[in-house]
Amino acid sequence: MKQVIYRNLSSRFLLLGLIALLSFSSNHILAQDADPVAGKALFRANCASCHKLDGPMTGPALRNVEARLAEDEGLDRAWIYAWVRNSAGMIKSGDAYANKTFKEYNETPMTPMPQLEDADIDNILAYTAELPPPPPEKTEIEENGGSSDNGASNKLILCALALLFALLAAGLYLVNRTLRRFANEKGIALASDDEEKRMPLWKAFVQNQFLVLVTAIFLLLASGYFAYGWMMQVGVDQGYQPYQPIHFSHKIHAGDNKIDCKYCHSSARVSKTSGIPSLNVCMNCHKSISEYSGDVTLEYDKEFYDSEIQELYKAAGWNAAEQKYSGEPSAVKWIRVHNLPDFVYFNHSQHVTVAGVECQTCHGPVEEMEIVYQYAPLTMGWCINCHRETNVDIKDNAYYTKIHEELSKKYGVDQLTVAQMGGLECGKCHY
Amino acid sequence: MSSNKRYWKSVEELDENSSIVETLKQNEFVEEIPTDEFLGDKETLESSNTTRRDFLKYVGFSTAAATLAACEGPVKKSIPYVVQPKSIVPGVANYYATTIANGYDFANVLVKTREGRPIKIGSNKMASSNGHANARVNASVLDLYDSLRVQGPKKKNGERIEDVSWSSFDAEVNQKLTDLKNSDKEIVLLTQTFASPSTSKLISEFKEKYGNVRHVVYDAISESAALDAYQNIYGERGLANYDFSKAGTIVSVGADFLSNWQGGGFDSGYSQGRVPDHGKMSRHIQFESNMSLTGANADKRVPMTPSQQRTALAKLYSYVMGGSVSGDLPKHIDDAVRSAAQELQKAGSNGVLVTGIDDVNAQTIALQINKSIGSKAFDASTPIKTRQGSDAAVAKLVADMKSGTIGALIMSGVNPMYTLSNSSDFAEGLEKTELSISFSMKADETAILANYIAAAPHYLESWGDVELQKGHFGLMQPTIRPLFDTRQFQEALLQWTGNPLSYTDYIKNTWNSDILNGGSFNQALHDGVFVGGSSASTDTSADSVIDALIGEEALSSDVGNAARALATSVKPSNGLELTLYSKVGMGDGQQANNPWLQEFPDPITKVTWDNYIAVSKADAEAMGVVNENVANGALNGSYVNVTVGNTTIENVPVIIQPGQAKGSVAMALGYGRTAGLKEELQTGSNAFTLYQDFNTVQNVSLSEPFGLHEFACTQLHNTLMGRGDIIVETSLEVFNTKDKHYWNPMPEVSKDHQEIPVTSPDADLWESFDRSVGHHFNLSIDLNACTGCGACVIACHSENNVPVVGKEEIRKSRDMHWLRIDRYYSSQESFAGDNEEKENIDGLGLGNQLFGDGQGDGTVPTLRRMEDPSENPQVAFQPIMCQHCNHAPCETVCPVAATSHGRQGQNHMAYNRCVGTRYCANNCPYKVRRFNWFLYSENDEFDYYMNDDLGRMVLNPDVVVRSRGVMEKCSMCIQMTQKTILDAKREGREIKDGEFQTACSAACSNGAMVFGDINDKKSKVAHLHEDERMYHLLESVGTKPNVMYHTKVRNTKEA
Repeated sequence: MKQVIYRNLSSRFLLLGLIALLSFSSNHILAQDADPVAGKALFRANCASCHKLDGPMTGPALRNVEARLAEDEGLDRAWIYAWVRNSAGMIKSGDAYANKTFKEYNETPMTPMPQLEDADIDNILAYTAELPPPPPEKTEIEENGGSSDNGASNKLILCALALLFALLAAGLYLVNRTLRRFANEKGIALASDDEEKRMPLWKAFVQNQFLVLVTAIFLLLASGYFAYGWMMQVGVDQGYQPYQPIHFSHKIHAGDNKIDCKYCHSSARVSKTSGIPSLNVCMNCHKSISEYSGDVTLEYDKEFYDSEIQELYKAAGWNAAEQKYSGEPSAVKWIRVHNLPDFVYFNHSQHVTVAGVECQTCHGPVEEMEIVYQYAPLTMGWCINCHRETNVDIKDNAYYTKIHEELSKKYGVDQLTVAQMGGLECGKCHY
Repeated sequence: MSSNKRYWKSVEELDENSSIVETLKQNEFVEEIPTDEFLGDKETLESSNTTRRDFLKYVGFSTAAATLAACEGPVKKSIPYVVQPKSIVPGVANYYATTIANGYDFANVLVKTREGRPIKIGSNKMASSNGHANARVNASVLDLYDSLRVQGPKKKNGERIEDVSWSSFDAEVNQKLTDLKNSDKEIVLLTQTFASPSTSKLISEFKEKYGNVRHVVYDAISESAALDAYQNIYGERGLANYDFSKAGTIVSVGADFLSNWQGGGFDSGYSQGRVPDHGKMSRHIQFESNMSLTGANADKRVPMTPSQQRTALAKLYSYVMGGSVSGDLPKHIDDAVRSAAQELQKAGSNGVLVTGIDDVNAQTIALQINKSIGSKAFDASTPIKTRQGSDAAVAKLVADMKSGTIGALIMSGVNPMYTLSNSSDFAEGLEKTELSISFSMKADETAILANYIAAAPHYLESWGDVELQKGHFGLMQPTIRPLFDTRQFQEALLQWTGNPLSYTDYIKNTWNSDILNGGSFNQALHDGVFVGGSSASTDTSADSVIDALIGEEALSSDVGNAARALATSVKPSNGLELTLYSKVGMGDGQQANNPWLQEFPDPITKVTWDNYIAVSKADAEAMGVVNENVANGALNGSYVNVTVGNTTIENVPVIIQPGQAKGSVAMALGYGRTAGLKEELQTGSNAFTLYQDFNTVQNVSLSEPFGLHEFACTQLHNTLMGRGDIIVETSLEVFNTKDKHYWNPMPEVSKDHQEIPVTSPDADLWESFDRSVGHHFNLSIDLNACTGCGACVIACHSENNVPVVGKEEIRKSRDMHWLRIDRYYSSQESFAGDNEEKENIDGLGLGNQLFGDGQGDGTVPTLRRMEDPSENPQVAFQPIMCQHCNHAPCETVCPVAATSHGRQGQNHMAYNRCVGTRYCANNCPYKVRRFNWFLYSENDEFDYYMNDDLGRMVLNPDVVVRSRGVMEKCSMCIQMTQKTILDAKREGREIKDGEFQTACSAACSNGAMVFGDINDKKSKVAHLHEDERMYHLLESVGTKPNVMYHTKVRNTKEA
């Protein structure tokens, strides 16, 4: 699969490069000396929190803003300079279009940017004047047909191999027949007649009582072993990987974008539950991120991710076009992956905040999981093992100072394990 | 050798001609099995589409499907908030200060909520007035989740009660009120005591708008006499306040001030004065007819009939203040009254007198005696405002209703059809009233007769303000969004007066203008209490206290008259006198649908799920009433019919109550509710029907006893049999003069012919575990401070998800209370007498113990006699929960190690490990382990709160709900200690004393239960551990418990 991705990627890069080259030359004429690359950086730093190139956000879309303003409203670059540096002033001065836009976007004032030089604004405008990127890769895949080709060749090789084996079998059969014919003709007796008098192997086996006994014991032990193994896994859901109502990729959030686990699962710091983030936490970012722009795979393409973001909008009641919460919010019924029985008390804050255990210790490489699965067995033995092996983190914690000093002296160790602190007592988790 | 013996299975076989034997040779059964009966007739069988084969197929398929489905774990869904409220973190509790004011209980409380659900009520430690969270208040959180609450406004249409919307309710009611405004008929607001400044203001605005409005305040159990007496003297309607912690000598004539007398809440002050401090403690003398909680705690208790109490109080007055009154008392009572008077005089300003006699004269005497002796415990300047009702006003209202002059009756927080003795008159009047509205949480007895049931919210869903005492305010705030489509009475008043404000804003305005004096409303809301400010006052004219105006001279002659009037008011009665009282658990009955309270054992009789008529032993024997224990120990008692005037209650069970004054009987109010209750909670009989003319004392006649009633008691053995080491007690005199070893000896055992203390390591089978490092939890229970009120029992229920098992199971001794309060009676005059009698049993004469020993009447054996409580016994209370023995007998016998000990002193119980052998319970010397005989949650057989989604919302999510077949017991609230530790770890700090709490210690406002870490040598519990009064229960067993008790000291010496 990797190869496929690379092939796609390289062709995509080629195409992008070509397009960039083309647009570059055309922009050059339009924006004279302006540098769209510098403009892109400036755009990201100053504008992107409220503007997108395509589609409205807090403020209007900025693709080709200069050309559009010039064509539709007859406004020149000087107007844009003034607006960017002090939009409030312009609204006050009664500029018609300024007021119209202000009203259109819920009267949210634009942050004044007096620090931007003319040249900076030129660069940004140059960036906004770039052509939009070509439509998604679908067409490329069709053009290349890479993946389908590959699949077909595999089948072809298999077919060829099958044919080869069939030919070999047929050849052997023919050789055998020929040899028998020769033997018949030469009058050589074949050994097969003797075999019938010999005792069949299984009968010999049955008559050998020792062997039967040994085999029986072996079988019993083996079946016991497997039965035990099977029974021990009853109720252990390691690897449980349910599909969620909204495809939330931890790989993209925690892995690619390196969002801290506790940004969303904030209650893990203070509460027994890690907490499933409420939708307003999602919307903190997704208000401005309505499209996916990272790497894609065959199974999960951009369209798929974008549609999942739309699902989120639907649940949160967010109207992306109007940038308003106008819909009816509905709760998302996530499926719990990690289920502890009721009779176990587990507290996240004890482990996360007090002990400083990494989330990954129990939850595994979540940052690599496209769909989260249960990494640890969550059995009592697994808990206990960790409590036996882990030292108590006493650094800068006044609670532990005295008790640790006394206990470590008593046990004659430098560092106490959780177990020595009483972490194996039944009542610590079962009440 | 063959034998001719003929073996036969039945005599029938010997009969040669028996047709049965013949038939049995051919058939399996003599008679044909009536298969047709259960298979139906042939016709239907043939017409049925389901053949036998099909049936088997379905069975097979569904079994297979169920088996396959069971292989997969269930899919659990988690639904987060769409927008998470800032204050809520899932898994972390929030606390809100609010105030309960349901007309009977008024208290500043602290509510624990989890994920927006209130799950526990506790006392607000900032409260300055004496409303503490008692058992009922602790249980009130369950009323919020009552599945029988009215879920929206309803209208009575003929016989049917239909749902209506609030808008149509408003339209119809507004129209009607406007019509009435222009007619000559009155609009009456019949309400509970709100004691709410904002509500009073609102009502006066309502009066202004409609003109012909009358406001009648109705307390179901009236304190009208005391209110009138106070009003006569001080010009303000209220009840005098008492702080018993300042009293050295307390004399009570019929006042049950440790439970519900005059609004209750006096017990915490009382307990403070009861703990010996520098050799001093208060002395408490009680004159009463029925054995009350207060009488049980008294140093000296004199049983007497209610009419004797009247004479006694009058005489007491004459002995203290001079003058003479008529009336005769038996010699021993007269002596007791005289000595009480002397003690009171001697105590001077340290003395206090209270009375519960329902008579204005009696109450006046009490007020005046306290005033004249200058009692420090008596506080007339900050009267209690939580009772405002007037008997006369209610009586007049019923009469007016009957005469048809009332146009509209709007009720809130009252249930007159249940609580009025003349409820039929009320019903008649209600029919003549054009408009009747009942603001109620339930379709109760009154609401179902009213034109409209205005669904009212629970106090945990409401806004409000309360003036508990003059100048002591409480704020009520919602702790949950209203569960149903409800509206509170005050919101409706705002609506009717055309006020656009919400009640919240209205309260805010009232407080800012009248109460806060510039203080912060938000701070007051945060604290839940506010002290100071002017009394904005409630329903009465806020005249200044006029006591200064009344001269001593004028006063004493007035009171002298009162005393004489009281003495002459005693009418000679030949029959029995009935005292109506309210129980600690049930109060006035408004919480009758609360299974926690129904199963709450009465502190004195230990009876659950019932009320009964309490009769003295002498009267019982005269009447032929029996109380007997059946084979499994459960108690049965005779029924009688109880008649007062023209009213008879049939089938009232009788309890023989030790200490009940001869010639008097007692019955609890608050039972016998019928509407708005689950069937199983419709217990007892309604004694309100006997509450004629709002008088708690009635002349009564009882019928011949008949039948047997099945009681459900949690304690079946009433005496200690002289085992003084269970409740160690001594007198104040001995305590002050003698050595500890004399009055609180350590049990000793003999080793190598040397007596060594049982706690010595030489006397121990076990190797001791070193507990000097880390926390070591201990719970201290002071038997002097414990009044037996039972708030801890309910607090434990709600904290630990203790199930309710129902009357039938309680009768089988399968109660699940983790914390019980044992109540013991002495079989002699005192426990000391019991101990002596046991000591003096002739060692050789086992026969004496078993067959009578010449003591007593010479026929009843000593041990048998000691089982019976005395006529007027001493009483002792002892809260018992798991003792968390360091050397626990239960732990050694568990075959699966489901119960084990923690380093911190707690005895752990791993429910998931328990297989239910019950060895541990058998080996426990304290009998504190409880076995889950059934699944008590989500089981229709136990249709209490754990059987519906609403009721289960009260469950504490940090404590598992136990399943069938496992043992459970007190965990010393390990979830609370663990949380305290975790909070400290997270904040990186040490734990301060007082942070560790258990549900019971937190609920004990009397300071009897103290919990903490004895390894913290500075902690309160560590000091208590070293106290001389400290002892362990059954120390001689050598279990080394982590629960300790403090010797009960009685101030028995006559001053």
